[in-house]
Amino acid sequence: MTGPAPGAGPVPRERPCPGGAVDREGAVEMAALAPILRMSGIGKQFPGVKALDGVDLRLLPGEVHALMGENGAGKSTLIKVLTGVHPVDAGEIELAGQAVAFGSPLEAQAAGISTVYQEVNLCANLSVAENIFIGREPRRWGRIDWRRMRVRAADLLDRLELDLDVSAPLSTYSLAIQQMVAIARAIDIEARVLILDEPTSSLDAGEVEQLFRVMRALKEQGIAILFVSHFLDQIYEISDRMTILRNGRLVGEHLTSELSQVELVAKMIGQELADLEKLHGEAKVFDRPLVEARGLGRTGAIEPFTLTVHEGEVVGLAGLLGSGRTEIARLLFGADHASTGEIAVGGVPVSLRTPRAAMTHRIAFCSENRKSDGLIPDLTVRENIILALQATRGWTRPVPREQQDELVGRYIKALKINPANPEHLVRDLSGGNQQKVVLARWLILEPRLLILDEPTRGIDVGAKAEIQRLVARLSDGGMAVLFISAELEEVLRLSHRVGVLRDRRLVAQLPNDATLTNDVLLETIASGGPA
Amino acid sequence: MRRLLWPLVVLALLLVVNVIFTPTFFSIQMREGHLYGSLIDILRFGAPLILVSLGMTLVIATGGIDLSVGSVVAISGALACLQISQDAGVLTAVVLALGLSVLLGAWNGFLVAAVGIQPIIATLILMVAGRGLAQLITDGQIITVNDPAYKLIGGGYWLTVPFGILLVLAVLAVTVFLTRRLALGMLIESVGGNAEASRLAGIRSRGIVIMVYAFAALCAGIAGLMISSNVSSADGNNAGLWIELDAILAVVIGGTSLAGGRFSLGGTVLGALIIQTLTTTIYSVGVPPETTLLFKALVVTAVCLIQSPAFRDKVFRRRGRPPTPRPAAEEKVRVTA
Repeated sequence: MTGPAPGAGPVPRERPCPGGAVDREGAVEMAALAPILRMSGIGKQFPGVKALDGVDLRLLPGEVHALMGENGAGKSTLIKVLTGVHPVDAGEIELAGQAVAFGSPLEAQAAGISTVYQEVNLCANLSVAENIFIGREPRRWGRIDWRRMRVRAADLLDRLELDLDVSAPLSTYSLAIQQMVAIARAIDIEARVLILDEPTSSLDAGEVEQLFRVMRALKEQGIAILFVSHFLDQIYEISDRMTILRNGRLVGEHLTSELSQVELVAKMIGQELADLEKLHGEAKVFDRPLVEARGLGRTGAIEPFTLTVHEGEVVGLAGLLGSGRTEIARLLFGADHASTGEIAVGGVPVSLRTPRAAMTHRIAFCSENRKSDGLIPDLTVRENIILALQATRGWTRPVPREQQDELVGRYIKALKINPANPEHLVRDLSGGNQQKVVLARWLILEPRLLILDEPTRGIDVGAKAEIQRLVARLSDGGMAVLFISAELEEVLRLSHRVGVLRDRRLVAQLPNDATLTNDVLLETIASGGPA
Repeated sequence: MRRLLWPLVVLALLLVVNVIFTPTFFSIQMREGHLYGSLIDILRFGAPLILVSLGMTLVIATGGIDLSVGSVVAISGALACLQISQDAGVLTAVVLALGLSVLLGAWNGFLVAAVGIQPIIATLILMVAGRGLAQLITDGQIITVNDPAYKLIGGGYWLTVPFGILLVLAVLAVTVFLTRRLALGMLIESVGGNAEASRLAGIRSRGIVIMVYAFAALCAGIAGLMISSNVSSADGNNAGLWIELDAILAVVIGGTSLAGGRFSLGGTVLGALIIQTLTTTIYSVGVPPETTLLFKALVVTAVCLIQSPAFRDKVFRRRGRPPTPRPAAEEKVRVTA
């Protein structure tokens, strides 16, 4: 016999510490909690964008791990790479020490990585039990064994400490319960890793608590949970550790208990304090209120708020995604119905039940979602630009072609829309140019209040600066602007006053004077009150 | 105009086939002061289909569909013939029939735009119920009329040209005016292309959708008058049977997407002519009657495939160009290894 006999000598079996990092709890704890999932050096390239660049992530069994980052930081891409929606370009994924590369979400699921998405992908008209076992129904003699299915479903829900009638249609339960049924479905497939992608975005406080109970129960059972949410309070309530991304790069991994909310927000947004170029002319006095909202609110979307926008004033709205910025904009434009409160335009109470009603009061709204809420992709640049003007005239009075050409030509030139061809289909334009087309659509109406929701998101730096200058020029000319952006620097640069939102509540309105800085805004966003 | 290329090619092909089987196919003669010839016949018999298809085009452009036009054809013809058989004036009969058609169309539009029923279901209601309504009007009988003024609409001539063709040209002209000279076309395309964005741009889509369904029913009503006038009788059961399917087909062949958005009136007219020419071809080629429908289905399938860019790419370009290898492929191997 050759080689060492079993037990003859000490075989080195100690696990090397990951990356040499030693946990403060000590090496014993570390060995017991070897990561179930380890992603290292993950890179992902999309045409023209580096979505992920050298990102590491490790999940320990029995922990809730928050994946944090602003919109576009790469959270979804990381999840999609992990679950096999996209192939990885660089880096390695290890599941329980084995290198893996999943070709599809199904493969990932089979290996024990289940995902529950923000939108519940279940069939509301089927029963709870059917939803849990759809595609994997227990069978006997080739037929579905309904009795066994119901029993197993009840057992599974029991694990989540839920008591439901499993033969009732899913639609009889609230969205939160439906979400948990989705989780039950996910963990039935021998899940070792559960990914929850913004599960709480449409739940109320009680429902969130219910979900957290389920998450804690799963944690007890040793499942690693990757949790994505935009609500900081929830992150701090439920998560043990967090990994923070910004612009596709890893910012860091932290224990939740050791990172304050302010530090977290600063890390997410990035403290790039660019020099504040003065965009506005001399200081102005705002004494002519244009649009006043009093106690305006919408159940489940935004708590009642009071906000006044004056003529010539730029009011910025700051806050994390999902904090209620867009909801305020939609209420002021009549895109959604308010459930409480009232609006006055120029001192006269008005009812803004439709966008059209808001337009008659010369309020315009550029949605953050160009593709779904702004552009008509099949129409030309010209048609897209004159659309709102034509809508106000009705179909019987077409905008004369000369006037169309004149208006469209003027704005193509003023906004430097490229290609400068009015008959180009708008779907073929780049993001920045599409944004300018939507802007032009509203500018030709000469609005008194222009609501811009993320007008500079996803467009290149040059176009961004142009749009910022345009906003400053318009407000100097007397137009009121409500400016919404995730970039604090941009909000600070443009706004005369900044409204801060947190968890669907307008928590502060701060005049933009010398004392208002990035840090003060971060502090306000994080703490939920004026600093 | 490139969008009309394939329909034109198909139509030309069909005409050539006809000439091969019937050498006199292209000849047009003057007999007793009327134009005669196979081409004239295609236009004359295709007139109702073209009308129905024009209305259908606008409905489809809004992202909807109208299955009830066949029933409206029957109702309109039935009401007009009933009025004439009861000695009402032709004008009264026509106005009443078209008025009822518009009302029925507005009802469809109301169900779709205001109540929010899916178009295919909303119009299915009238498709089924409308046949019953037509039966009710004719009391279950086939009403025959003998009125030279009424006969003019579908069977008569004016200035040597079949009156039906002139009627189609007039309706086409009005439609083009409403949609392309006025702003209706752009607003329809906008609503069909992106309903939510249109709402946020201030377009009152409800009124537009109701109007479009009413217009489609009006077109169907006129077609109903033509069909009943041509045979001098109203048959609640069979008038306009399945014409909605031919019309939808004509619209699709003409290059308007069933998903809504951009529409092409010229394409629709071509599509309707292709279908009518196909019917004529089936007779002239001598396809046995029992296989007529199957033959038609085969040709239509072929036409739809030729029009599909994805299909053309697959068939015509596959041999020409090797697929470019995915640049990510190499790296992926390294990762999995």
